[in-house]
Parts: sequence; structure tokens; C-alpha cells
Amino acid sequence: MTFFSEIGRYCLMFKGMFSKPENRKVYWKEFMRQCADIGVGAIGIVAIISVFMGAVSTLQTAYQLVSPLIPLSTIAQVVRDTVILEFAPTLVCIVLAGVVGSKIASELGNMRISEQIDALEIMGINSKTYLILPKIIAALLVIPILVIIATALGIFGGRMAGSMIGIISGYTFDHGLLDGFLPYNVFFALSKAYTFAFIISSISCFYGYYVQGGSLEIGKASTKAVVVSCILILLADYMLAALLL
Amino acid sequence: MIETKNIIKGFDERIVINDVSTVLKAGRCNLIIGASGSGKTVLMKCMVGLFEPDKGEILYNGKNFTNMNRNERTEIRKEIGMLFQGSALFDSLTVEQNILFPLNMFTALNYKEKQKRVNEVLDRVNLKETNNKFPAELSGGMKKRVGIARAIVLNPKYLFCDEPNSGLDPQTSLVIDQLIKEITLEHNITTIVNTHDMNSVMEIGDFIIYMHQGKKEWEGTNKEIIYSKNKLLNEFIFASEFLKDAKEKRMLEGNLAN
Repeated sequence: MTFFSEIGRYCLMFKGMFSKPENRKVYWKEFMRQCADIGVGAIGIVAIISVFMGAVSTLQTAYQLVSPLIPLSTIAQVVRDTVILEFAPTLVCIVLAGVVGSKIASELGNMRISEQIDALEIMGINSKTYLILPKIIAALLVIPILVIIATALGIFGGRMAGSMIGIISGYTFDHGLLDGFLPYNVFFALSKAYTFAFIISSISCFYGYYVQGGSLEIGKASTKAVVVSCILILLADYMLAALLL
Repeated sequence: MIETKNIIKGFDERIVINDVSTVLKAGRCNLIIGASGSGKTVLMKCMVGLFEPDKGEILYNGKNFTNMNRNERTEIRKEIGMLFQGSALFDSLTVEQNILFPLNMFTALNYKEKQKRVNEVLDRVNLKETNNKFPAELSGGMKKRVGIARAIVLNPKYLFCDEPNSGLDPQTSLVIDQLIKEITLEHNITTIVNTHDMNSVMEIGDFIIYMHQGKKEWEGTNKEIIYSKNKLLNEFIFASEFLKDAKEKRMLEGNLAN
């Protein structure tokens, strides 16, 4: 019963979110602030994870490809497709669910507990439109950009690790990257990025906005937002792979 | 004028507000008093629309607020200012930005005019030169004053204050009470204050409603409250031995004078 009432409340959150902004300038500022918070706030961790993710992929692929019949450029192809199809969108979004999701949930939860959301309502501002909509739109804009950056850094990390250890030269790696490249994979990765961005932002907003109680509940809501986002990301990952590949 | 008619509000089978009807005095300080858990805050939140009453009506100048759609409510809410128990200032904004927020949202004033208005209200609450401070850098009393400044910046017709003295020392409480009273009279605002502070009752209460276990137990002026024969009200206001003695002395003085 709780499950269905939560889904109902989640849908009602969207219904209440779409109303005419009281002042477009103030909403635009809030949207830009959210873009900076989500994007700039997470770029460091995304960069570190991506570089190491690419590097480890190169090393492990090289470790498994022992046959002399397989050309070395295959390592680059495997790394490229793994990073584009799975690592960059899924792994980065799972990390973002932790970084961005918990931040959104705790920010909104704190605003709810300290009556700041009530203060907005009293002023005659639709708090859902002002607080939730800019976060979701900002996530839909910024997270795919982060995924693109993660893809580039992942492949760069793989190339660097390969040439540093001497497994594969930079030239061979570059050659392998271009060999058999399918632009559809990029479309698939971006589809995943948009889906995951929506999941992360909306789920975190939902748990943060409807917090009841005190500071303990903010922590619980934050954890729940991250856990539910991660589960839904994995579920959506499987469904998108089954549908689009 | 705000009127409540037979308001009933419950949470999970528990009735918190039970059939409360009253007419609040326009342009005056109306106080809702009562012990913790008596339903003061819930009643106030019903009045401003943060809670929907299960039954009953809330009328603003004869217009039924409970039946209004979101747009109609927004129009009424533009005439409402509210000071929350914890001040509810936006943490990420400075004092100036907090007060600018409603101005940015609802007015077409230019930057200079907005700045002038912010300085006016900050000056009114005796908080000059705090413009660039964040709420975390302010004391409890200063936060309340910024909360009042934000509440009055759009010149509201109604000012709601939820426990404005909670967590403040008696001296600061007095300053906040005086400020609320002065602003009420200066701008002819209808003010509604939730409190259990008896100093506030005597200092600023023009019209007082006493709530007990969700019911309106008594209403009257601050002159009538001392001589009220309502047992529950007397137990509440003369809870301390000191006040009991003061009451007896005052009654005696009254009798001698008569």
C-alpha cells in the first residue's frame, strides 16, 4: 500500500510542478545555480573515476587478450565500446546518484524541516515549480554533458595507461579507436544518460521534498534517495539495453 | 478581517482542531495562546493554507479561502507576511537577498528602488549593516527581526507570527513584541501571533484566543483575561506561584479601589 501511495505522490509531484513561473528571471537564476551545483560540484569526482575506469579497462582487456592472432588495436575497440556503452553512462550516473542525489535530497529535506518551503508557499510561490523543476531540467542538461566528458576522459585514461605500461602504443590505440566505430553507440549512451539524469534528479527531489520529522529523517531520506536511484538506474540500464541494442 | 468558521482538522484519526470559530480583529494584534500541543500552530497553518481543514471555512474579508483555487490563493497570499518559529530564512542567501527575494519575485521595481526598500525595512527592524551577513552568522533575535523584515517588505495586510519569542531571552522577546505591535499600528496590519508567553499577552494582545486541547476555550481582551473566571485559562496563565500572588494582589487592589 505504501508503495502505491508513494508512486501516487511521485506522480502528483509532477502534476504540481508545472505552473507559470511567477518571475522568469528568478527561475532562470535558480536554474543556472543548479547547473553550476550539479555540474561543477561533480566534475572532479567524475574526472577521477573516468580516467581510472578507462585505465583499468585497458589493463584488464590486455590481460585477457592473450592470443597472438588478435591484433592489439582490439584492446582500444573493447575499451572504447565498454566506456561508451556502459562505464561512462552507468557507472558515472551511479556515482552521481550518490553525489548529486544525496545533495538534492538533503537540501530539500533541510528546507522542509526548517519551514523554508512553507515560507515560499506563504509568499505565493509554487515551491514545487521553484525548487524541483530547475533541478530536474539542470540535471537533464548537465548530466549528459558529464557523461560525454567521462567518455572522453575514460578513453584518454585507457590510452595513457596502455602506453605508459607499454601494452599498446598511442598510435595503435588511436587506430583501434576509429576501427569499427558505431555512432549509434553514442546515441545509446546519451539515451541512458538522459534517463538516468531524470531518475537521479526526480527521485532525490521526491524524497527530499516530502521529508517529515527532524534531522534524522533528512539523513534517512538522503540514503533512500541514493539507494532507490541506484536500483532504478540498474533496472533502466537493463531495460534500455534490451530495447535499444 | 479574518474569520474562521467551525474549523476541524485531524491527523490520522486524532482531532487537533475541534470546531474553532472566531473573528479576528482587523488592524489589531490578535493572539492565539495555549499550552504546547493545544493546536495553535495547526490553526494558524490552516488559516494561511499550509494545512487544509477537514471541515469549516476560513474567510478573508468575506471571501472563502478554503474553496479558492491556487491562483486565487496566490493573490491572497501576496497580502500575507509570516514570521516562522525558526525564522525560515533561506540559508544560502544573505540577509539582503532574503529580503530581496519577494521583491524580485513579485515587483517590477528597479535595482535602486529594491535596494531602498530593503534598507528601509532593515532600518525599521533596527538591523542596519547586516545586509551581507548569512543567517548562520546571526543571533536568534536578529534572525527573527530579519524574518519580520522579509514578512513586511511587500506591505502585507496580514501578518502571521508563529511563536515569535521561542528561544529568545526575555529582553529580546520584549523587543520583538514591541516591534510587532509598532508595525501592526503603523501599517494598520491585522496581526495574528501564536504564543505561550504571558508577557506578550499583556504587552501586545489586543484580542486573545485561548486554545485548550484543540478547542477554543476562551476569547477576550488582555484586560479581561486577568479577571476571567475560566478555570482552564486561569490554570494556564497563573501557572506559577509568583503570578498567582500577583493576581491576588491585583484583585485585592481592584476591590479596594471599588
